[in-house]
Amino acid sequence: MIEIENVHKSYGSLEVIKGVTMQVEKGEVVSIIGGSGSGKSTLLQCINGLEPIQKGHIRVDGIDVHAKGTDLNKLRRKIGIVFQQWNAFPHLTVLENVTLAPRKVLGLSAREANEIAEKHLVHVGLGDKLKVMPSRLSGGQQQRMAIARALAMSPDYMLFDEVTSALDPQLVGEVLDTMRMLSAEGMTMIVVTHEIRFAREVSNRVAFFHKGLIHEIGSPEEVIGAPKKPETIDFLKSVL
Amino acid sequence: MFDTAFSSNDLMFLLKGAWLTIQLTVVAVAIGTVLGVVFGWARESLPGWVNVPIGAVLDVLRSVPLLIQLVLVNSGKSILGLSWSPFVVGAVVLGLYTAAYCTEIVRGGILAVPATTRRAARSLGMTYWQDLTSIVAPIALRVSLPGWIGLTLGVMKDTALVMWIGIAELLRSSQIVITRIQEPLLVLAIAGLIYFVISFPVSRLGAFLERRWADDSLKADQ
Repeated sequence: MIEIENVHKSYGSLEVIKGVTMQVEKGEVVSIIGGSGSGKSTLLQCINGLEPIQKGHIRVDGIDVHAKGTDLNKLRRKIGIVFQQWNAFPHLTVLENVTLAPRKVLGLSAREANEIAEKHLVHVGLGDKLKVMPSRLSGGQQQRMAIARALAMSPDYMLFDEVTSALDPQLVGEVLDTMRMLSAEGMTMIVVTHEIRFAREVSNRVAFFHKGLIHEIGSPEEVIGAPKKPETIDFLKSVL
Repeated sequence: MFDTAFSSNDLMFLLKGAWLTIQLTVVAVAIGTVLGVVFGWARESLPGWVNVPIGAVLDVLRSVPLLIQLVLVNSGKSILGLSWSPFVVGAVVLGLYTAAYCTEIVRGGILAVPATTRRAARSLGMTYWQDLTSIVAPIALRVSLPGWIGLTLGVMKDTALVMWIGIAELLRSSQIVITRIQEPLLVLAIAGLIYFVISFPVSRLGAFLERRWADDSLKADQ
């Protein structure tokens, strides 16, 4: 379970998260929607400790992410994250991109790591691209590789940070399909997205972020189907 | 008929000078590359109070003509009570000079690795050092290679300046031969050819590595 409790986060004097509290249960898919600069992406990066917070607590399975002495490298093994920019390691083949962390971080043998990586790459539909360099892949394929790379660490949680925002429109579908598959398999996911239809379809709950605060959180029917706050209504009007 | 006083002994003399040039280049580039990697990393990773003095020293090394550095260190060594041979002085001065340039090349390579790529590596649970060795170093190496090859070739030719502290490297050796046989064009042409023969493998190595890395990105075609 991920517990986010009164989290404040600033960049210098600019406060981007102003006291956010929410929980994500195991097996749940929670989507975070909201405009640019609402703090939703930043929150994801705080959950696995890539960004420090100034106030509040984030606990993952009871471990305080930002406490002194927390082994973030160890914690990150169970929290996969996929970014808007797919961030392929350009000097490694697709297979090597996926095996690198299992080998270095988990200490698996090349054979074990290859087996796991192949399994996940086949799973996301890249079974025929193992020996290819990432620069030869389309954006959608690189993003699916990034998903396989995160999955290869057998994470308990997956965070998706606007993973389709940088893709050509015709490539969005294949990435969303991969995420649908994961949610159907019971993966716990927090999905920051602009794909409102997708959020509505796969999420157990949806949170609407605005100016660093959660304005509404609830089932997709409540937040997207029947929003109550004017900010939510305005936002949904602008994107749908 | 082409008539010359240039003898096989003269050629041997030039080759001996060339051997010194090669030795100086190898030692200077080795010192310069090791220090350059360390300083290049330090300048991108360590806090300002470490960096400002390093940067200042490197700036001096890059801004003062190499010839002046050689002469100053060569004269200064006795004041400091060091009993370095001219070769050691040459190697140390050239090595530090190379380090100053190599630092900037390495820094450029490190800066070329997107922060988001490093973040992705850390998000997979990799440590700072794993990220540095598995992600940053290989990418930076590819970016830095052309600059490093250029630097190595430059240093090889700059070794000629050590003649001023009494080392008979290739260029000095050819001057000695010229003085004796009075055939500057021929001797300089031969010396130039020897410089080229020394440089050629280095530039080919660069081209070879660049091609191999480019091939890597074409593995889809296999």
